[in-house]
Amino acid sequence: MKMGREHILNKINEQLGSDEPGRRGESIARMRIQAHDNNLMPGRGCINEGSLDDLFSVEAERVTTTVAHVDNMDAIPVAVADYLSARNLPSAVRLAPHPDLLEPDWEADTLLSVSSGIADGEDEVSVTRALAGVAETGTLVMVSGPETPTTLNFLPLNNIVVVRRSEIKGTYEEVWAEIRSRTESGMGTPTLPRTVNWITGPSRSADIEQTLLLGAHGPQRLHILIVDD
Amino acid sequence: MESTSRQFKDNARTALRDENLQGALKRLASGFPERRLEAAARLPEFEALRDQARGIKNHVLDNLDYYLEAFEDRVIESGGKVHWCDDAQAARQTILDICRKTGARTVTKSKSMIGEEIAINDFLEENGIEPVETDLGEYIIQLRREPPSHIIAPAIHLSKDQVEATFREKHQDLPADRVLEEPRSLLEEARGKLREKFIAADVGLTGANMLIAETGSNVLVTNEGNADLTYSLPRVHIVIASLEKVVPTLEDATTILRVLARSATGQEMSVYTTFCTGPRRPEDLDGPDEYHVILLDNGRTELLGSEFQEMLRCIRCGACLNHCPIYRSVGGHAYGWVYSGPMGAVLIPGLIGLGEAHHLPNASTLCGRCEYVCPMRIPLPKLLRSWRQRQFERRQTSNVSRWALNLWAWFARQPALYRLLTRTAVSVLAMFGQSGRFNALPLAGGWTQSRDLAAPQGGSFVKQWADKQFFDQVNNSNSG
Repeated sequence: MKMGREHILNKINEQLGSDEPGRRGESIARMRIQAHDNNLMPGRGCINEGSLDDLFSVEAERVTTTVAHVDNMDAIPVAVADYLSARNLPSAVRLAPHPDLLEPDWEADTLLSVSSGIADGEDEVSVTRALAGVAETGTLVMVSGPETPTTLNFLPLNNIVVVRRSEIKGTYEEVWAEIRSRTESGMGTPTLPRTVNWITGPSRSADIEQTLLLGAHGPQRLHILIVDD
Repeated sequence: MESTSRQFKDNARTALRDENLQGALKRLASGFPERRLEAAARLPEFEALRDQARGIKNHVLDNLDYYLEAFEDRVIESGGKVHWCDDAQAARQTILDICRKTGARTVTKSKSMIGEEIAINDFLEENGIEPVETDLGEYIIQLRREPPSHIIAPAIHLSKDQVEATFREKHQDLPADRVLEEPRSLLEEARGKLREKFIAADVGLTGANMLIAETGSNVLVTNEGNADLTYSLPRVHIVIASLEKVVPTLEDATTILRVLARSATGQEMSVYTTFCTGPRRPEDLDGPDEYHVILLDNGRTELLGSEFQEMLRCIRCGACLNHCPIYRSVGGHAYGWVYSGPMGAVLIPGLIGLGEAHHLPNASTLCGRCEYVCPMRIPLPKLLRSWRQRQFERRQTSNVSRWALNLWAWFARQPALYRLLTRTAVSVLAMFGQSGRFNALPLAGGWTQSRDLAAPQGGSFVKQWADKQFFDQVNNSNSG
């Protein structure tokens, strides 16, 4: 496909004309990428830290996510068990292999049958760990990694997501800054995790007569546990 | 995909008589536009974000070669491959080669307009590989062997009864007594069927809402989550994207995402917005082993630097379709190729030729609603007029139209005669049209068949203007 590449790039150059200071040039593109400046951020998410989790909950509930608070990570098993029994959902859960989720004593505190790892397509309930929340739209940010496999976000019919209150940010840009600070290697640009998922509500489709239905391919229920510690 | 754009007029006539379609279009007209308005009203910065989104894309298009090269560098650094393809044939062959190398038998696919453009499904099938569309709407129309009729709601033209009939015909293990009357039961039937396909697939083929030069990522936006099962389960992830999808940075992508869903469905953000970068990392528990990006030209570079460059800002939200009186009357299939509505009427002639698509730039009242709602502020009516002008210059306009325009132009250059004629025409029409409107007129059947023509009131424009000037002068001299 070498021919394709050269041909296409030459054609673009031909159509656009030669470089023009201020408008067109390799250095202009490079500088913009290196600066990666924020564009306009809606005022809605630019509020003081104390009210971020309220805004996050309000926005999440607008898109039919449910939200509950727990005091600390140890309270997660009971909160999960309560959520499932209140809705008469199966009691087998698949955990993301994240220390925050593995450390609590699931067996002592609940009657749930618990396993961890990637989704196998049969799981009905997953419990996962978010990197962050975005208050602006009640969005969860999930990243792939050894402790947080991507398939758990999508295959099970019910998804319960754990996020710390301090991890809830106002805007998406703040989360990009967070991801950059983890991965930026000195001079270079960031290497993103293989997959970054923004999740805003449970899966839905309106493809049949514009009737809104939840649970199209991904989860039908999305429940967020905010850890207040 | 083969085009039937030449038959636009026949297609439109058929569409207007199709009761199912007319019912579906009525639902569309009352749904998306209202929700878009609500979403825009909730975000005071919406108009300013549209300006910025336009600015980002203008900047990218001016520097497209540099951003594409930067994007390629980053894809390679993260362990992926970029394949540059001049046309549909090259893209199809590249995809087939990757599938063959993988030994693929089943390819799951999330909705991609580029996939439609290169007709990848037919090609894979001809070569013994089963392509499976996974977006619910796309799955339905794939079973029916129909093209999409809307960018974001591909099965908008169908009723639930038609979907039920399709499933009963194509899902052979479906028990006859299974109740499939409600959309919910239809969804569950499709979900079950597609679940097996997701797990079995060897290759996942997705489109891209954007490509990010800074990180070498592709962005995927869905509400169902089908794209996410498409790229995360198979061994190989192939992305197909046209050149103009690239944006500079994560921040720039974020700005465009803020206007995309609001314009499309009136959601603040689509349910799933995904950024994929390279193949899985050694320590990852899931994700594909290979990551390929097909960069497709297929006519885009031809539009760069031309008066149609602005069309390349399009982010395929479908807002112009939802607001277009023509689209809302005839639906998407009438346009005869992959795209439809105002954006289709501008883009299709650019991609398959003005000769083939000569009706489309004329399938517009130039009412301007499309430009008003376009998140990227593409001047669609202006671009439609540019195509019409080209048609006239290339003598592709019908003889009757050319003759009428030339006749008018000749009269317009003889002011005295022109005035006399219009004055006569106005008084004759006013005399016959005393009810205020005509429901039939010689030479204007095309108009009066479906609506009345208002009878002229008062004199011609020139006469009214002259009268006003006269009164103003009298008034001024009186007050002076």
